[in-house]
Amino acid sequence: MSATAETLDRLIKQDYKPGFVTELETDTLPPGLNEDVIRAISKKKNEPEFMLEWRLSAYRHWLTMMEPHWAFVEYAPVDYQAISYYSAPKTTDHPKSLDEVDPKLLETYNKLGIPLYEQEKLAGVAVDAVFDSVSVATTFKDKLAQAGVIFCSMSEAIEKHPDLVRQYLGSVVPAGDNFFAALNSAVFSDGSFVYIPKGVRCPMELSTYFRINAAKTGQFERTLIVADEGSYVSYLEGCTAPMRDENQLHAAVVELVALEGAQIKYSTVQNWYPGDEEGRGGIYNFVTKRGDCRGARSKISWTQVETGSAITWKYPSCILRGDDSVGEFYSVAVTNHRQQADTGTKMIHIGKNTKSTIISKGISAGRAQNSYRGLVKILKSAENARNYTQCDSLLIGDRCGAHTFPYIEVKQPSAQVEHEATTSKISEDQLFFCQQRGLSAEDAVSMIVNGFCKQVFKELPMEFAVEAQALLGISLEGSVG
Amino acid sequence: MNTLLRIENLHARVDGKAILKGIDLTVKPGEVHAIMGPNGSGKSTLSNVLAGRSGYEVTEGTVTYRGQNLLDQPPEQRAREGVFLAFQYPVEIPGVSNIYLLKAAYNAIRRHRGLNEVDALDFLKLVKEKTRMVDLDEQFLYRGVNEGFSGGEKKRNEILQMAILEPTLCILDETDSGLDIDALKVVANGVNALRSPERAFILVTHYQRLLDYIKPDHVHVLAHGRIVRSGDASLAHELERKGYGWIEAAAAGA
Ligand SMILES: Nc1ncnc2c1ncn2[C@@H]1O[C@H](COP(=O)(O)OP(=O)(O)OP(=O)(O)O)[C@@H](O)[C@H]1O
Ligand SMILES: [Mg+2]
Repeated sequence: MSATAETLDRLIKQDYKPGFVTELETDTLPPGLNEDVIRAISKKKNEPEFMLEWRLSAYRHWLTMMEPHWAFVEYAPVDYQAISYYSAPKTTDHPKSLDEVDPKLLETYNKLGIPLYEQEKLAGVAVDAVFDSVSVATTFKDKLAQAGVIFCSMSEAIEKHPDLVRQYLGSVVPAGDNFFAALNSAVFSDGSFVYIPKGVRCPMELSTYFRINAAKTGQFERTLIVADEGSYVSYLEGCTAPMRDENQLHAAVVELVALEGAQIKYSTVQNWYPGDEEGRGGIYNFVTKRGDCRGARSKISWTQVETGSAITWKYPSCILRGDDSVGEFYSVAVTNHRQQADTGTKMIHIGKNTKSTIISKGISAGRAQNSYRGLVKILKSAENARNYTQCDSLLIGDRCGAHTFPYIEVKQPSAQVEHEATTSKISEDQLFFCQQRGLSAEDAVSMIVNGFCKQVFKELPMEFAVEAQALLGISLEGSVG
Repeated sequence: MNTLLRIENLHARVDGKAILKGIDLTVKPGEVHAIMGPNGSGKSTLSNVLAGRSGYEVTEGTVTYRGQNLLDQPPEQRAREGVFLAFQYPVEIPGVSNIYLLKAAYNAIRRHRGLNEVDALDFLKLVKEKTRMVDLDEQFLYRGVNEGFSGGEKKRNEILQMAILEPTLCILDETDSGLDIDALKVVANGVNALRSPERAFILVTHYQRLLDYIKPDHVHVLAHGRIVRSGDASLAHELERKGYGWIEAAAAGA
C-alpha cells in the first residue's frame, strides 16, 4: 500500500466517538406492533381522542403498504415485530425544569458536547433534547414565550396546543404518504413542535438533539414547524446513537409550513452510528422531511450534513405552492466503510416565479455507495419557474461508488432548469503537491474535502459549521479572505 | 563553504525500470545549478526523488541535505526543512483557494521551525506584496489552486509559492517551458530576487533563454540517467548550438 493510501485508510477508520451507552431505568413496551400497542402509546401520552384515531387510521393504512425498495441501497429485511415502539427514561415523566431531569441524562448530553445547563445560560440556542422516545428537556422556554414563540415537545403541543396540532399535523406529509411516514404516524412517540407567530423573528436558534440509547427500539420522532406570515426561524437538528451490533430503525417525519412571506431555515448534522468497518450494526435512517411554501414569497432552506447511519434514505423536499416562493437544498453526504446513502431532494414548483436551488456534495470512501436522487417537477401553473442543480461527487480510494439519479419533469414551457454534475477523485498528484508544500497527507485530504464542501458549510449557522467540520475531521477553511 | 546538498551514486527505478544510474552532484549554498538534457533522460525523476514522491525506488546511493539523510524523510518533512519543488505540471485543486493553501503551507513550515503561526492580516499583507512581484492579479488568490489557470499562470503561481515559503533549496522543473517572454522574465526575476548566500537553486531547463536571465554557476547535462558533462555557463551556449548528440556520443564512447 502506498503512503497516501495508508493515510486515507487511517483517516476513514476514525472511531465513532458518541458510541457509548447510558445505563438508565426505562419504561419500554415489549417488541411488536398491533392496535393495542398504538392504544398503549397514545394512553401513556394522555392524548386526546383525535390523535388516537389519527394513529389508528395511519396504522391500518400502513398494513396495506409495502416497504419501498427502489433506492440504491441493500439491507437485510427489517422485522417490524421485533422492534419496541416505545422506550422512555423512567425518571423524566414531566420535568418542569432542568433540575428535575435525571443527572445521568444531563451527563449524556454533556458527553456529547451539548451541556443543557450551559446552553440555557450562555449560548443563544434553545435546545429540545429527545432521548429515545421522549423529549427530556427544552431550554429557554420563558424567553421564547415572551416573543410568542412556541417551542416544546410534540407531546406537550398535543396537550396544550391541540388546535394548532390538529390544523397542521399531517398537512404536509399525510399519514399515508409512504410506508415509513405511515409507520411514523401510527407510532411516533415524541419530537419537537415550533410555532412562530405572525411577523416574529425568532430571537434565537432553535435546536433539537436526538439520541437513540436503548437497544432493540426504533426511534420515530415527529417534528412540526409552522412559521406564520412574515416570520423567520432557524432550526438545527443533531443526532447520535450508541454503537451496537444490530441495526436500529429511525423513521422520523419532519413537516415545515411557511405561510406568506415566512422563512424557515432547517439545518441537520446527522451522525447516527454508521456501523463498523464490516457493515455490522448502525442506524437505518428512513426519514421523510418535507416543507410546504404555502404562502406567496415564502422560503424554505434545507441544509444537511450527513455523516452517520448505515443506510440513509432521505429526501428533504419543498413544495413551492405560493407565488415567488423559494426552496433550497444544500447537502453534504459522507459515506465510508459499508455505508450506503441514497439522498437528495424534491422541488415541486406549483406557484408562479418559484425558484429552487440544489447543491449536493457526495463524498465516498472505503467501500461505500453514495447516491444523489433528485426530482425537479415544474407544473403547468408554475410560469417562469427556475431551478439550478449542482451535484458533485468526490471519491477517496477506488472501491467506493458515486451515483446520480436526477429526474426532471417540466410541464411549463417558460421554465428554466439547469443541471450540472461532476465526479472527481483525490489524486496522488494532489496529495503529493500539498505534502511538497509542507502539509501532512491527512491535512491535505481534510483541506481538499473541506474545499469541496465549502458551498454547503457556508449555509450552516456558525456553531454548526464548526461541528460539521469537526465531524469530517477537518479544520476551518476560509479564515483568510 | 558548506555543502547544502550532496548526491552520491544515486540509482533509482520506476516500475522496476532503472531511470537514474549513478548521479553525483554537490550543491553549495548560494549556487545556481542548471540541469539540461534530452527528453526522458531522468530530470523530472531526479527532482521527484529529491522531493520524496512515492513510486520511486532508490536502489543505490545517498542524498545528504544539510548534513541529514534526505531519503528517509517523508515529503512534508523535506518541504518543512526547506526543499521546494516547482512542478513541471502543477496540479489543480478545485474548491481550495490559493490563499488558503498558501497560508496552511506557510504556517506548517513556521510551526516546524518553532515559530508562531502568522495571523490573517499580516499574512494577507505578505501575500499581496509577493503577488505583485510575480505580476499576478489578486483575484488569483481567491480562486481554486490552479483551477482554470493558463499554463503561464500556473508557473507564476509556483513562483509565488516559492517566494512566500522562502525555501533553502529550490528545484524548478522546467518552470520556463511554455512561457511567453514576459512570464519568463517574471520567473527569472522571482528567482533572482530570492538569490542569497544561504539559498541554492537547481534549474531544470531545455533552453538557454532562461539562463540569459539567471546566470548559472554550473551547467550539467543529464543523459540516460547519468550526468555526462558538467561545465560553466558557456556549456549551455554550446548545447544551444550543437544539441545533445555530440555529448551522448562522447559519453557512449567513454
Ligand atoms: N511512472 C513511470 N512509469 C514508467 N516509466 C516512467 C515513469 N515515470 C517516468 N518514467 C520514465 O522515466 C524516464 C525519465 O522520465 P523523466 O520524466 O524523468 O524525464 P525528463 O528528463 O524529465 O524528460 P522531459 O524533458 O521530457 O521532461 C522516461 O523514459 C519516462 O518514460
Ligand atoms: Mg521532465
